[in-house]
Amino acid sequence: MPIEELLQQNRDADLLRFTTAGSVDDGKSTLIGRLLSDSKCIYEDQLAAMERDSKKLNREEVDLALLMDGLKSEREQGITIDVAYRYFSTPRRRFVIADTPGHEQYTRNMVTGASTANLAIVLIDARNGVLTQSKRHGFIASLLGIPHVIVAVNKMDLVDYSEEVYEEIKEEYVNFMAKLDIRDLCYIPISALRGDNVVNPGDNMPWYKGATLLSHLESVYIASDRNLIDLRFPVQYVNRPNLDFRGYCGTVASGVIRPGDQVVAMPSGQTSRVKSIVSFDGDKEYAFPPESVTLCLEDERDISRGDMLCHPGNVPHMTREVEAMLVWMSETPFSLNKPYFIKHTTNTVRGSFKELSYRVNPNNLHREDADSLDLNEIGRVSLELFRPIMCDAYSRNHSTGSFVVIDLMSNSTVAAGMIIDREHARGVPEESAEPVSKNIHREAGLVSASDRERLLGHKPATIWLTGLSGSGKSTIGKDLEKRLVDEGVACYILDGDNVRHGLNRELGFSAQDRKENIRRIAEVARLFNEAGLVVVTAFISPYRDDREAARRIIGEDHFVEVFVDTPIELCEQRDPKGLYKRARSGEIGEFTGVTAPYEEPKEPQLRLPTGDLTVDAATEEIVAYLRQQGVIPQIG
Amino acid sequence: MCAEEKKTDGEAYKITNLEILEAESIQIMREVVAEFERPVMLYSVGKDSSVMVHLARKAFHPGKIPFPLLHVDTSYKFPEMYAFRDQYTKDIGADLRVHRNEEAIAAGANPWDWGTVKCCGALKTQALLTALKEGGYDAAFGGARRDEEKSRAKERIYSFRDAHGQWDPKNQRPELWDLYNSRMNQGESIRVFPISNWTELDVWHYIHLEKIPVVPMYFAREQEMVTRGKHLIPVGAKTRLLPGETSEMIMCRFRTLGCYPCTGAIRSNALTVPDIIEEMMVVRDSERITRIIDFDQDSSMETKKREGYF
Repeated sequence: MPIEELLQQNRDADLLRFTTAGSVDDGKSTLIGRLLSDSKCIYEDQLAAMERDSKKLNREEVDLALLMDGLKSEREQGITIDVAYRYFSTPRRRFVIADTPGHEQYTRNMVTGASTANLAIVLIDARNGVLTQSKRHGFIASLLGIPHVIVAVNKMDLVDYSEEVYEEIKEEYVNFMAKLDIRDLCYIPISALRGDNVVNPGDNMPWYKGATLLSHLESVYIASDRNLIDLRFPVQYVNRPNLDFRGYCGTVASGVIRPGDQVVAMPSGQTSRVKSIVSFDGDKEYAFPPESVTLCLEDERDISRGDMLCHPGNVPHMTREVEAMLVWMSETPFSLNKPYFIKHTTNTVRGSFKELSYRVNPNNLHREDADSLDLNEIGRVSLELFRPIMCDAYSRNHSTGSFVVIDLMSNSTVAAGMIIDREHARGVPEESAEPVSKNIHREAGLVSASDRERLLGHKPATIWLTGLSGSGKSTIGKDLEKRLVDEGVACYILDGDNVRHGLNRELGFSAQDRKENIRRIAEVARLFNEAGLVVVTAFISPYRDDREAARRIIGEDHFVEVFVDTPIELCEQRDPKGLYKRARSGEIGEFTGVTAPYEEPKEPQLRLPTGDLTVDAATEEIVAYLRQQGVIPQIG
Repeated sequence: MCAEEKKTDGEAYKITNLEILEAESIQIMREVVAEFERPVMLYSVGKDSSVMVHLARKAFHPGKIPFPLLHVDTSYKFPEMYAFRDQYTKDIGADLRVHRNEEAIAAGANPWDWGTVKCCGALKTQALLTALKEGGYDAAFGGARRDEEKSRAKERIYSFRDAHGQWDPKNQRPELWDLYNSRMNQGESIRVFPISNWTELDVWHYIHLEKIPVVPMYFAREQEMVTRGKHLIPVGAKTRLLPGETSEMIMCRFRTLGCYPCTGAIRSNALTVPDIIEEMMVVRDSERITRIIDFDQDSSMETKKREGYF
């Protein structure tokens, strides 16, 4: 190839950063060695050193892994201790690999490597199948918001290149990953040792029709992963070489900025226009992430490091309270109410943790009660800052949604945090949370509850039906609504049909979203109750905590918990919408009773074993209970 | 939204490998200048230093580089390096400081009699530590790259050093996103590696695109050399020929520049930067093979770094 073409090709190449995670013997280092050697990126003296070390350590074959383990103790122990960065390139792309050890105690390294990655490769040993560690790797990739994940099922040579083995592993992992938020997930069967499907397809797995690992790495589309919408320009440094020049230096965290743009400086709220984008190579027409630029404004403004320039009308949250997922990275455990430094964008502020809501078990994603977080543990926290920061949810903006926690005494980096959507955060801290605006007071009306009772002829109540999908909640609920209305009771049913499409349309089915879903339904039920109506709700509402929260919102007096107790076998048999079938096949990720828990009510007001009851009889039991409680009048 | 804004993913917002690396390096340099009291840039006159200095000029444009450049001089650099150093730093208006371990030089430190380990220890590591201490520098930029050597692959961007300048690879601060922890106790310092993620090819390519001046010794010419083991060593005023050795004129160039007794050349016909890039695309040895000092003991780079080398 002529040199001009070679130079042009090099010049046009883009950059993909990826991280590799695998357990101790999954062959991660071998895989990287293979990628490097097959793409001809290992130098001969490095190969020679590897051969020499292999002999010295009595390895039978030349150990590609020795190329990776940089520290002496790593080579001796045959394990990878720390994150190592590797570089290789193909004509199309340059790659930076953050090679991280996969063992539990190295979660912090994995998180570190993942924080800057465009893509993650999760390695699974075909002989061992999906291990808890493989799940942890998937969870961390999702937690750190890596948009692309490749699951490489390795050591296919040791399972006779069996398609069946591969498919089984894939199916199991698909089911697990369905609970997580990964935008682009793909599976490739490989043998890092023999080279199959790493750089070249090889002849051993004709049944696999997809791309090889390298060709996938080369072609995965990453340009759209950037946020080019919300302008966030954290001021990093004010450049004032002389009295005539004042430039605001920084890296465009997101969005696009042009000369002439109106900008607002947070937190002061002062506005100005961009005069120019100054660079060594002349003024620029526009700047976008992740460019490091210098902005000059039309007006003299008091702006300093830590401030943020944005477009008016699209500004981040300015807040002293954030909800975040936290990865603890220090031997010294987490402390509540202790001051730490929080480094967020170009700001360092003091802050302390007010609450640890739960710890996540990354192996099964269960939330556990916890008093503290130890090294490598992950939990959800409320963080209070001594000064406000300008932030966005990590899911929307990695730069303005991430922070590190620094110990005041030791100066070590002790944790990494990812800010959770504040809209959720507002709703989620239970019904007891203070209204966001301090200026909201309950206005006492002129109409009392007894006035309404007199008008309608009955008391308000919320009949909270809970049970598995297919247990008969909606059928009973609709029947009940009809019975009551026929009897002259003002009754209204809330179910998925009228709630999911409007009020809660943006909520999904994660535990978080389910919680918020239930909270909103409870708030609506309470308002309807205040208006004097009887409300029937028909939602799975699988978590006890969430139902208890609903009870507190609605009030003990009005809340009637009804457990529609139908055995799962029967629900599955009925399966009116075919959901169980889809859940079993892995098509639906998180499904109550199949892949997500249902926590039975301990002391419901009513338990309806629908296996033995007709719809009529079930409805009748509820009506009888309401009469007995004096909600609706006795007959006659 | 105007029509122009709609072309989000197209060519308008394409960013290449070198542009990303450049932005990252500039971000790191500005962060250090914003957060540290007395930064300094270690300037070794080689190609990586040239790139680093060029990036610093870009980072603080239209101002000058807001920190001094420090050359830790072993006294064994090639004459052309000294000439280049003085001219280039003058041309760009940089504040150059030179530090030498005069005591060791006076004591006759040299690799032939002292051995490379001891010689490097005195003239490089010790000299560096003294210079940093005397200057009161709390942050020192270095042009090391992670792709150079295995132990460097595990180095952080902000490499934390204790009061004795020592590196503890097992007790490094985790480094996430682009958030660097600059907190330190009195007496501690950091080394900062803003071009950590650049490879040798990136460096040359950037030199080509940005037309960055480098020491002419990187280009091939016919010069008097002696072959010693696998190494091609230049014959200069002080290089001693061992019994049985003869020198010859060889067309060669230097891939890295260090001290003349310990830096080998490679046979090459590369006369221009594109020639070098072309050569690199086919070269089969990593660049540090021309450094004799890296082979002097097992895990020698790791050992040097632990002791305070950068």
